[in-house]
Amino acid sequence: MKTRKKLTDSNLLLVITISVFLVMYLGAVLFLGGGFTKPQSFCNILNENAALIIISCGMSLVMITGGIDISVGAVTSLVCMCCAVNLDFKGGNVFTSILIALGIGTLFGLIQGFLIAYLDVQPFIVTLAGMFFARGMTTIVNSTQFNVENEEFQALKNARILLPGIGSYNKKGTFIPAYVEIGVVVALLTVLILFVFLKWFKLGRGFYAIGGNSQSANMLGINVKRTKFFAYLICGILAGIGGFVYFMHAGSGSPSHASGAEMNAIASSIIGGTMLTGGSGNIIGTLFGVLSLSTIKNIVSSLGLDDAWWTNITVAAMICLFIVIQSVVLSGKNKSHH
Amino acid sequence: MSGKKSTTDQNFFMKLIRKQIFIPIAALLILILFNLIADPSFFKIYFGNNSNGDPVLKGNLITILDNASELVILAIGMTLVTASSGGQDISVGAAIALSGSVVLRVLCGTEARPETMHAPIIVAFLICCIVAMLFGAFNGVLVAYFKLQPMVATLILFTAGRSIAAWINNNQLPIISDPSFGYFGNFFPGIPIPSPVFIAVICMIITALVLRFTKLGLFTQAVGINSESSRLNGLNPQFIKFITYVILGLCVAVSGFIKVSRLSTINYSVIAKDIEMDAILAVALGGNALSGGKFNMASSILGAYVIQFLTITLYKFDVPSSALPAYKAVVVIVLVVLSAPVVREKLGSLKKNLASGKTEKEAH
Repeated sequence: MKTRKKLTDSNLLLVITISVFLVMYLGAVLFLGGGFTKPQSFCNILNENAALIIISCGMSLVMITGGIDISVGAVTSLVCMCCAVNLDFKGGNVFTSILIALGIGTLFGLIQGFLIAYLDVQPFIVTLAGMFFARGMTTIVNSTQFNVENEEFQALKNARILLPGIGSYNKKGTFIPAYVEIGVVVALLTVLILFVFLKWFKLGRGFYAIGGNSQSANMLGINVKRTKFFAYLICGILAGIGGFVYFMHAGSGSPSHASGAEMNAIASSIIGGTMLTGGSGNIIGTLFGVLSLSTIKNIVSSLGLDDAWWTNITVAAMICLFIVIQSVVLSGKNKSHH
Repeated sequence: MSGKKSTTDQNFFMKLIRKQIFIPIAALLILILFNLIADPSFFKIYFGNNSNGDPVLKGNLITILDNASELVILAIGMTLVTASSGGQDISVGAAIALSGSVVLRVLCGTEARPETMHAPIIVAFLICCIVAMLFGAFNGVLVAYFKLQPMVATLILFTAGRSIAAWINNNQLPIISDPSFGYFGNFFPGIPIPSPVFIAVICMIITALVLRFTKLGLFTQAVGINSESSRLNGLNPQFIKFITYVILGLCVAVSGFIKVSRLSTINYSVIAKDIEMDAILAVALGGNALSGGKFNMASSILGAYVIQFLTITLYKFDVPSSALPAYKAVVVIVLVVLSAPVVREKLGSLKKNLASGKTEKEAH
């Protein structure tokens, strides 16, 4: 009885997410074989999605409070462009680029958080304006794509962390160890810190409280406005960090960078068991949401349906599936309460 | 005693500010004033020749009325959806691509460049309406019966819509050479006003009649304000939410038809891009609460025209189309902050303080 009770909450959704991911990945390894059997292909999923993991974590935080932030993708793009311009044209170094990335993210978080929490404007509209602003600013800063040639940055971009003992043998029989990029370490650290923060810190618990019911949270003595403000601030900062990680992976600035990342982040959060209605969600789930999303994309392309259209359709079908699971779980939970 | 007049003045002013339609009207006035000061020739309307050589009306105002048509039609549906379900449909852009693709599939068959159309235009239009309403119904079922957040439910079609649109036409880009298809998006021969304007006006009239002679408006607001109490009063909230999504589907079909008719072809990834954001903005600019409940259709429609006015104004000042969103965002933020309840209260109390200070002085 006790374990059942523990599972009825968001934990059940988390278990579903993780098991779906495992089934999908193991299925791919068993039936498709090929690239999926190599540890490096799993590491590549992490390498490519490190930025998305960070952005999705911020999105999950905001969604737990019952809001939404659709500006994150555009902020990522703006950060990439500003850092690239700083490195290539303005003669800046990596350190100032990191400061710029954090500054942009914090600024967006501060302004959006203030408007949403203290002026009571709807989050969708504020962050929509934020998205428009960031996308427009990106093209104003520089309207074309270009690669960054700064040496210091190239060294950082190509830095690889080898995983000891994990790897595969190539055709000649030499052992090639698997590697991850620095961004992955940042992403996993972010997940860990946020997990601890949401679980054991007063502010983190406050996010769940105001997402569940902001009125009763208020009565319990939680400063609803301040809590909300911090949720958007953290989401903005994470978008800045995510932007720099994206920049480290892509190595270029472009107005079309990270287009649609906000929707991917929302989809990952939903797949990870975070509800848009707020009050429930888990950062670990979000991590697996991102992994599931990109695994299914890889499966589709390795099936030979190498068409952007097909990827979109499968992703949509997957979101649909998870939404239905969520609503079934929720309705079951409500019934058991009555 | 002299304070009496000033309080009535103030009441009138406050009443005007409290009226919902005040926000889009004020925005429109500001834009008009700005353009008058910057360049009065902005408002010039003149006769020019279109590509067929017919004399037609030209000028920025005509362009605004013409280009805003799709947005206006979408804003009608979006207002109803927002009012009933307290959420927005973000799949309208993708659904426009989808319905446009259906029109071309019916008219072109499987050929990419047919000499003649394979079916009458009206048949294509009706089929596209049915398909778009089916997709609206899909969203509606998810929102009303599965009780999903509208944004999450429509995220599915948002992701898949354009892909399905491409799949319908086997990823080809059919082109219709028959000029009569282009009449609906450009000009009917002999009529100097763009035909989308007429289509938008017809849609507005139908909406006005429906809202006047049926209980749709009342019911959607009742469901939006409190779905549980409307159920206790004998309404069927699920069905009403569902039907608003179907109506939005119909609006999408009409706008999609206009969009493909403008170019006689389609580009799946570009057509109606970001129009969902503009449609939601139109609703918000109209002063409607995005969390549902009461709505004002005239405000939303005016909001849509204001957005197009803003777009054309920015184009006029040589703002490149990719940088346009930044300026739009600034305007939106200013409007939203000014209309925020907290700020309005502050402004109101400031006015009151000023007025009371004045009357005290006069009394002395």
